[in-house]
Amino acid sequence: MKQLDYLDELEAEAIHILREVAGQFEKPALLFSGGKDSITLVRLAEKAFRPGKFPFPLVHIDTGHNFEETITYRDNMIKRIGEKLIVGHVQDDIDAGRVVEQKGKNASRNQLQTVTLLNTIAKHQFDACIGGARRDEEKARAKERIFSVRDEFGQWDPKRQRPELWNIYNGKIHKGENVRVFPISNWTELDVWNYIRREKIELPTIYFAHERDVITRNGQLMAASPFLNMDDEDVVERRNVRFRTVGDMTCTAAVESYAFEIDNIIDEISASRVSERGARMDDKVSEAAMEDRKKGGYF
Amino acid sequence: MNILKFLTAGSVDDGKSTLIGRLLYDSGAILVDQLEALQASNRKNDDGTIDLAILTDGLKAEREQGITIDVAYKYFQTDKRKFIIADTPGHIQYTRNMVTGASNAGLAIILIDARKGVIEQTIRHSFLVALLGLPQVVVCVNKMDMVDYDEAVFNKIVSDYKVLAGKVGLKNVAYIPVSALKGDNIVHPSERMSWFKGSSLLPYLETVEIPTDTLTEHARFPVQWVVRPQTEELHDYRGYAGRVSSGSFRVNDKVTVLPSGFTSTISKIELLDSEPEAAISGMSVTIHLEDEIDISRGDTLVSAKNKPHVSQLIEADLCWMDTKALDTTHTYFLQHNSKLTRCRIQEILYKVNINTLEQEFVEDFKLNDIGRIVVKTADPLAFDLYQDNKANGGAILIDSRTNVTVGALMFRANAD
Repeated sequence: MKQLDYLDELEAEAIHILREVAGQFEKPALLFSGGKDSITLVRLAEKAFRPGKFPFPLVHIDTGHNFEETITYRDNMIKRIGEKLIVGHVQDDIDAGRVVEQKGKNASRNQLQTVTLLNTIAKHQFDACIGGARRDEEKARAKERIFSVRDEFGQWDPKRQRPELWNIYNGKIHKGENVRVFPISNWTELDVWNYIRREKIELPTIYFAHERDVITRNGQLMAASPFLNMDDEDVVERRNVRFRTVGDMTCTAAVESYAFEIDNIIDEISASRVSERGARMDDKVSEAAMEDRKKGGYF
Repeated sequence: MNILKFLTAGSVDDGKSTLIGRLLYDSGAILVDQLEALQASNRKNDDGTIDLAILTDGLKAEREQGITIDVAYKYFQTDKRKFIIADTPGHIQYTRNMVTGASNAGLAIILIDARKGVIEQTIRHSFLVALLGLPQVVVCVNKMDMVDYDEAVFNKIVSDYKVLAGKVGLKNVAYIPVSALKGDNIVHPSERMSWFKGSSLLPYLETVEIPTDTLTEHARFPVQWVVRPQTEELHDYRGYAGRVSSGSFRVNDKVTVLPSGFTSTISKIELLDSEPEAAISGMSVTIHLEDEIDISRGDTLVSAKNKPHVSQLIEADLCWMDTKALDTTHTYFLQHNSKLTRCRIQEILYKVNINTLEQEFVEDFKLNDIGRIVVKTADPLAFDLYQDNKANGGAILIDSRTNVTVGALMFRANAD
């Protein structure tokens, strides 16, 4: 009997989830970070809704500390797909005094973006936010539902999650609550890369090996930039690197790499013995770091 | 390469987390930084080796209490297959979690402690696996190291389990003696149990065939969304977006739209820029019909040759999942694929004591209770019986006051 190949099955599941969002919610949004996972979501949304328009805008929470390449990619992509983009600026919340910039060497705006995200959701009254998180990334995510309800404070309560049976998703919520939806929950990092290769999806250039000024901090390679607080101890070196995730410049570490093509990257990941969140400084704070941030409204 | 989703049923005491940890560890699915975090942790086995169970218990609350409170999903792959593990807790208060995990799985691993044999918990787990209609079961008799790898112990448990399997109606059962702690028969054949001629667990999981329903006769397509661009050049475009839940559809197939009963013919199947001739079970596509019919979300396209039941009165098994008991006077929401309607539980026929399998006649239904009821829906449902076609035979109940999912329904008979 014919069975679907695993990439077809994962794709079909994600499309099904996106269409459930369209069918069940009044004002959904797709959170777009410029990373490969949200780029994959855009491709899946094209498969779910074309030749119609997406039934939701794209939302980007801009920390102001982005890689330039990410913003260029984002703007080109929006032009190509002809969909609406809403940008929430962390800088606006800093200027308004709603959040305070972190101090010290490891200062990052990564945590501040939660406030901007929640403000953007409230301002536009989004009732569902689609995100590219995957369960293989991290322990707390392994337990999160595909439709994950957040209370009016944006909080996730792991003990009060709704049972999620078969392929039936319960999107019923009270006013003020919203649902985070994760269509690629069941994909692994390697699945995403294989899908990108199969679909010939273009990515921001920082995913591929390039020469860059970096400093070594806590054993990790960080991109030298005006956003990173540096002092005399930091030695800037020119290295061949690429990034496995695309976040804020201050919290996304690079890996030494000569993977210039997607085939090299897939080989590299297949052989790699470090998980991709291993290159995220924000998860290293404590063993329960992700769980605590999610409870507070982080994606 | 395809995907096998499987469920592990057992409790911490049976070494369930250790078994999963062992599968991940021995198949090389654990990465260096995860391993470092593991080694840095204080939990070690008595002999100083790493406690593999830590790999699966994720949340802070769980680590503090040393229990698993929810369904955790784990991913690994070998050269032959991709695996998704639904790791669910085994204690009776987590019955609803196990039902949730089982609803999406194609295979269940039931763990039995070699020292204890078939116990009350085994009956419960086997009943739930049968209730949710999992096509394949592997009984892992664990902790064989604690019984000197004795073949007679294993054989006794196998013959006891066969009686139970017959009672709950499990047909395809495989038996493997293992020690998750020591790694016997998990990835590699055990030298200490050379008397066992069967396959080790991982090679078994890599090769077992899980039947999928792609028969044309059962073709079902719940419509999720109607694609209508309404632009100048696509003025008349109208596509029905959804996922084939069972069977398959081909261009030129005659289909019936339910519940309205109108018939038409498939003119085109689309997936972005491609136009496949057929859409098989599991595929998300957009279907076009020759005739203009009023179709919206919640309707189902089915093969005109084989139609499901259409009714508002259905006998079903119910698993209650909420701390607040079932209220037979309350109107709940019922969600069946993309169809949402209101319903009431009209009658409780019986409850099953899931430890003894005896039927009990009760007035109320509380958290983790399972039994047979009659549900009456506001709109007609196009459904199959769960035992015939899982994908179109299950539904959830939602409490309209709290919006929480409070029950799982498996349709067993048309009561109209």
